[in-house]
Amino acid sequence: MSATAQTPKAAPRGSTASRARATRLLGDRRLPVLVTAALFIAMYVAGLSRYQNYGFGEPQVFLNLFIDNGYLLVAAIGATFVIMSGGIDLSVGSMIGFTTMFTAWLVERQGLPLLLVVPLALAVGAFGGFLMGYVIHNFEIQPFIVTLAGLFLFRGLCLVISKESISINDASVGTLAQTRVSLGVGDLSIGAVVALVVLAVAAYVLHYTRFGRRVYAIGGNEQSALLMGLPLGGTKIAVYTVSGFCSALAGLLFMLYIQSGDPLHAVGMELDAIAAVVIGGTLLTGGSGYVLGTLFGVLVLGLIKSVITFEGTLSSWWTKIATGVLLCAFILIQRTMTSRRKA
Amino acid sequence: MAEPRPVLEMTGIVKEFPGVRALSGVDFRLFPGEIHALMGENGAGKSTLIKVLTGVYSLDGGTITLDGESVRFGSPLQAQQAGISTVYQEVNLCPNLSVAENIFIGREPTRAGRIQWKRMRKEAAELVDRLGLDIDVAAPLSSYPLAVQQLVAIVRSVGTVDGDGAGLGTKVLVLDEPTSSLDRDEVLELFRLMRQLRDEGVAILFVSHFLDQIYEVCDRMTVLRNGTLVGEHLVRDLDQVGLIELMIGKALDQLEELHEHQMRSDVGETLVKAEGLGRTGGIAPFDLEINKGEVLGLAGLLGSGRTELARLLFGADQPDSGKVTIGGEQVSMSAPNDAIDAGVAFCSENRKSEGLVPDLTVRENIILALQAARGWTRPIPASQRDELVATYIKALDIRPADPEARVGRLSGGNQQKVLLARWLITQPKLLILDEPTRGIDIGAKTEIQKLVVSLSEDGMSVLYIAAELEEVLRLSHTIGVLRDRRLVARLTNGPEITTSKILETIASGEHQ
Repeated sequence: MSATAQTPKAAPRGSTASRARATRLLGDRRLPVLVTAALFIAMYVAGLSRYQNYGFGEPQVFLNLFIDNGYLLVAAIGATFVIMSGGIDLSVGSMIGFTTMFTAWLVERQGLPLLLVVPLALAVGAFGGFLMGYVIHNFEIQPFIVTLAGLFLFRGLCLVISKESISINDASVGTLAQTRVSLGVGDLSIGAVVALVVLAVAAYVLHYTRFGRRVYAIGGNEQSALLMGLPLGGTKIAVYTVSGFCSALAGLLFMLYIQSGDPLHAVGMELDAIAAVVIGGTLLTGGSGYVLGTLFGVLVLGLIKSVITFEGTLSSWWTKIATGVLLCAFILIQRTMTSRRKA
Repeated sequence: MAEPRPVLEMTGIVKEFPGVRALSGVDFRLFPGEIHALMGENGAGKSTLIKVLTGVYSLDGGTITLDGESVRFGSPLQAQQAGISTVYQEVNLCPNLSVAENIFIGREPTRAGRIQWKRMRKEAAELVDRLGLDIDVAAPLSSYPLAVQQLVAIVRSVGTVDGDGAGLGTKVLVLDEPTSSLDRDEVLELFRLMRQLRDEGVAILFVSHFLDQIYEVCDRMTVLRNGTLVGEHLVRDLDQVGLIELMIGKALDQLEELHEHQMRSDVGETLVKAEGLGRTGGIAPFDLEINKGEVLGLAGLLGSGRTELARLLFGADQPDSGKVTIGGEQVSMSAPNDAIDAGVAFCSENRKSEGLVPDLTVRENIILALQAARGWTRPIPASQRDELVATYIKALDIRPADPEARVGRLSGGNQQKVLLARWLITQPKLLILDEPTRGIDIGAKTEIQKLVVSLSEDGMSVLYIAAELEEVLRLSHTIGVLRDRRLVARLTNGPEITTSKILETIASGEHQ
């Protein structure tokens, strides 16, 4: 116990020091991210050995993970902010669906240029998140309920725009969707690049800005954060605004990926996003986690889908089953880690 | 000696809650470079005064002058910005962040909006160093014990080193019962830090229930009673007896009464018998007998297994070995319900987190255990219920004597009484009291001790746990001595048993 070395310690405390070291090692906040990363690598290596002859080893198969899951990554990054602050956002999927409908309708039916529609869609998403954050903070209502209301609201708004799906034939959208950024060994879509940029920005914000640290502080202990004089309300509202913005951006990426708007797009995707965040090692109670973990969470989920495609004989429902098993396992790991930390 | 100008002056402070006047015209002043104790019984208005000062409560009357300027705080943040920092009994920091971050969060050094981690760690290390502490600032706060966390909270409130960052410039440091969960070494470390800050010119307002600590570290004190100012004194001018009389407003006769309480030797037949009861990691197997009408006191240091022993007897933890018989019948003790059915009641030491429901009324809290014992399908008739509640409010002198008052609003001592009433109403055979007097004032303490004596005279057995040996010695017929999670001795109380004898037994740890 080096903490108060000034005072001589009469009581036998030698064992405490070694125990503290062990606790610190097991309680290291980076451990869950490492576990997820290791899991991803193990799965990838297993996939390599099993489907080598079917082209699993191609670099493009790996890059496709980013192309096929870019929108999920962006949505999950937004969810990471919210969960890190100790909250939850259930409106993600609806917001994505709404954004696809909204942009498709503006581009196809109203003939607005994409350049105008994109910022508009992002602004609507951010504003939706802001409103939910405002209600959560000012009326002290559980985020679960408020964002559940958001879930229904935005899904309903999809149907107000149109009951049928709107396919997008606009040339600029088509070009954008087809554009590939070459990396030598393979290429990435615009959506994947955007997702990686968002990841980098989010990591910077969470680690290097006061806002980011406030998110951690509030997730760690909201009451303490308030008493330490941190602007609780502003931070909470900002967190939901970030999540709304990310959802709208994910919606745009999803629209690029699918090239249509549909009132039933991305139903339940908020749950995928939450699953990715948790598998990535962020504590559901908030205050602990890394956005890099979320990346691995998304990659693990994406890899499960790839593996099932390569297997060929398995139904796509196995994705859900595998996700469920993984989620359960990771929650249990988190549980044992937090209980150790307390001990 | 010419007195310097006070850094803080509060005049005619009034604070009212619905139906209660918590503070009526209190004056208070604080000088730079002094440690000032705020004294008073529970409910005297200490907490209210502090909360008014730190902006948690708004002011209903009076003025606050800080550094010659009239101020009025709408939030803790405003008070902090004006230079009034508070460290509470519960550590209000974020355990998931590093020590350095906890010191700096909200005012981290940044360049172009980017947090300069290296500089922050360096400055935090310098600050910790200057204050004579040895803490690794990069480690997460949760890796340190509570005492160190408390020191970190003080470091945070004192602010940055050079002031080239955004220093807080703390003028007034409020320490609200920081010592209640610290051991002796940790308290000394805290005092050293307090003295250093005082010498640097910080005015420190210190609240503690331990009179010895007040006399050890404070320069001046202000005494409150029932929301009014009783007086301001230099600590060296007022002795402990005088202080207590000021606090409770009457002479110490009733305290003396207890000392003369005769120990009865004619305790009844065995009520509780534990044989080889133990739990790995909790307490080593022990044999214990408690007779009818006996008060068994447990003495031992913090962490010696006092609470663990009590929890086993209540079925709150499951024993690995041994058996318990109560009134001749073996009880399985697999859950508290078994113990409750057998007539055991347990008042936890954490009355806030494990006992009371703060949002329910006094009446609802009192009736809770009795209702649970009857089962939810058999409500207690309203008239009988009100009568019972009224009886116990009167018997225990719960203030305010309003069954509809919310328990969360009561002072600590009165909350403790409500918790006691809840268990007494079920008329248990064995009452386990774990630190019933911790954090409550001397008047309420005496009342609770008197109550224990009269309960035992009525034939109830009591297992009494208290940190203060005098208290155990005064009340118990038999004293169980614990050391390192082992019941090492059983002493029958008598004239030859003294606190030093108990301390010797703890120190030697010999079986007797």
